[in-house]
Amino acid sequence: MSGELETQVLKGIDLNIESGEFVSIIGPSGAGKSTLMYQLSLLDHPTQGQIFIDNIEVSALPSDQRTLFRLNSLGYVFQDYALMPELTALENVVLPMLMQDMETDAAYAKAMRNLERVGLKEKADNLPSQLSGGQQQRVSIARAIAHDPKILFADEPTANLDTTTSREILKVFLDLHKAGQTIVMVTHEKEFAEMSERVLELKDGLILSDKRKK
Amino acid sequence: MKKYLISLQVGFFLAFRQIKRASIGTTVLIIFIMTLTFLNLVVVNGILVGLLTGSYEQFRDRYSGDILITPQERIANIEKSQTLVSLAKSLGGVEAVSARTVVSGKIRADLGQNPSGKESPNENGGSVVGIDPEDEEKVTGLSDLVLEGKALEPGDEGYILVGASLIKEYSNFADANFPGFTILRGVKVGDKVRLTINGSQNGSAVQISKELIVKGIIKSKVDQVSQRSFVLDSELRKLTQNIDLNVQEIAIKTSVPDTGEILFALKSQTDLSKVRVQTYKEAIPSFLRDIESTFGVLGNVIGGIALVVASITIFIVIFINAVTRRKYIGILKGIGISARAIETAYIFQAIFYGLTGSILGFGLVFLFLKPYFDQNPLDFPFSDGILAASVSGSLARAGVLMLITLLAGFIPARIIVKKNTLDSILGR
Repeated sequence: MSGELETQVLKGIDLNIESGEFVSIIGPSGAGKSTLMYQLSLLDHPTQGQIFIDNIEVSALPSDQRTLFRLNSLGYVFQDYALMPELTALENVVLPMLMQDMETDAAYAKAMRNLERVGLKEKADNLPSQLSGGQQQRVSIARAIAHDPKILFADEPTANLDTTTSREILKVFLDLHKAGQTIVMVTHEKEFAEMSERVLELKDGLILSDKRKK
Repeated sequence: MKKYLISLQVGFFLAFRQIKRASIGTTVLIIFIMTLTFLNLVVVNGILVGLLTGSYEQFRDRYSGDILITPQERIANIEKSQTLVSLAKSLGGVEAVSARTVVSGKIRADLGQNPSGKESPNENGGSVVGIDPEDEEKVTGLSDLVLEGKALEPGDEGYILVGASLIKEYSNFADANFPGFTILRGVKVGDKVRLTINGSQNGSAVQISKELIVKGIIKSKVDQVSQRSFVLDSELRKLTQNIDLNVQEIAIKTSVPDTGEILFALKSQTDLSKVRVQTYKEAIPSFLRDIESTFGVLGNVIGGIALVVASITIFIVIFINAVTRRKYIGILKGIGISARAIETAYIFQAIFYGLTGSILGFGLVFLFLKPYFDQNPLDFPFSDGILAASVSGSLARAGVLMLITLLAGFIPARIIVKKNTLDSILGR
């Protein structure tokens, strides 16, 4: 007996996300949005059910294989940016590519291109502590997309930002989506969710609605 | 193989930047602790062993020479002493030879006084050594040991050098006060003393006395020397009626580091059942060798404790570092950085602290402490303590320190890296 109570957060979710889609997941606190995203992004492990990405049952992969899959196929943008404080903006972006064994010069060049893509080329040598919240989130996005992930996951990426900066960040996501990037984003902001092409609304662990833009 | 190399590369990438951008104060403090640990490992052991090494060197330089020839137990003297002395002097690599006549005797200082029966006589017993002052000077530099007065010179008949341990005012045992213990009191240079030794007259044993003037008082850290008195060998032979010129000690000083050939030549010309031919190390009293092994064990125990302290320090440093960075470790795992690369980063940090501390410690020992102690030995009652530290021994200790540091860095990193990725990211 561990003494812990098992809570069923997600109930009977059956979800299919197409390549190139921009999906927003919304819902009140405790609806299970983040849990769903953690499961889909392999940061957590389902106690029941299956998750497939590109026909691979990723939910069955052992821990080290999941890490490798995250490295090669998934990108993350966290609510609190989650940059390594001792690495510069450029070093934060280049890190996953070095882990992929990309040639060092090529990795740095690609990291710089991605920083340029999010408008932060001039801040490449700055440490996170020398950047504003919006700039840190852009670095986080640059890091998430630098290795060309199949899916980009974003967990409330604008939660810590003011409205203007949030809109700028959302624009970056929309630009990425236009370029063909699959994006799954959890957000509290209905306004921002409606900017995506598909909105999943969760409540009490169930999909309440699944709306696609026409 | 490739994934190991990538982990190494990424681990180094992370470690380098973590160290580079860490608090300078913290980094300096950790390196300081590692340096102290290295010093604790090398210096404490080195001083303990150095005390004995210094004692051995004193024994050789002030008493035995590089080779000491003595009679076997129960044999009165070295047979054919003069032949052996001549042989030794003829051997290549032999710098000087001192033949010593050693007898037991008693020195009495209260001449002309009549102590009441209640007062103990002002006398002391010990070995009396007959020397050729010039030969002895070449082997042991006896004049360097003169504390007061002057050394014996050829022709100094009627004079005696008295060992400091025999005189209350100079002895380390001055305050000893137990029944039967006698020691000379108030003897100064120029005083007249009476030497009484066992000799023979017309074939029968008799006690022979002679009054001598104290020419000097000698003090050495080698007890064998400080407890002796020295007179001219010619005078002592006259007193003992020793006409065969056989002596009790032959000390040989060599100019070569390896005395093997000299030793072989001497042994081959000697009846080893009656005479002992020993290197100075063999001649060292066994209690000193026992102390050496005890000090060695003590040094290793203290060194072992230092290692445990160092490993706990590194463990705590890395553990606290890893715990406070648990969220970032979770994020690293989340973005696909392998557990091995993250652990490697912490191992590299531990290696950096251990290596830098060891290099600094190494420099301190061999560029500063060792030369300093060689020039200014520690003044211990029985030796001039030096710092006995060899490069190979210190490298071995640095290696052990690195190994312990490596483990102490790896284990806490492993504990934190093994935690659930999402729990680490969310801090739960």
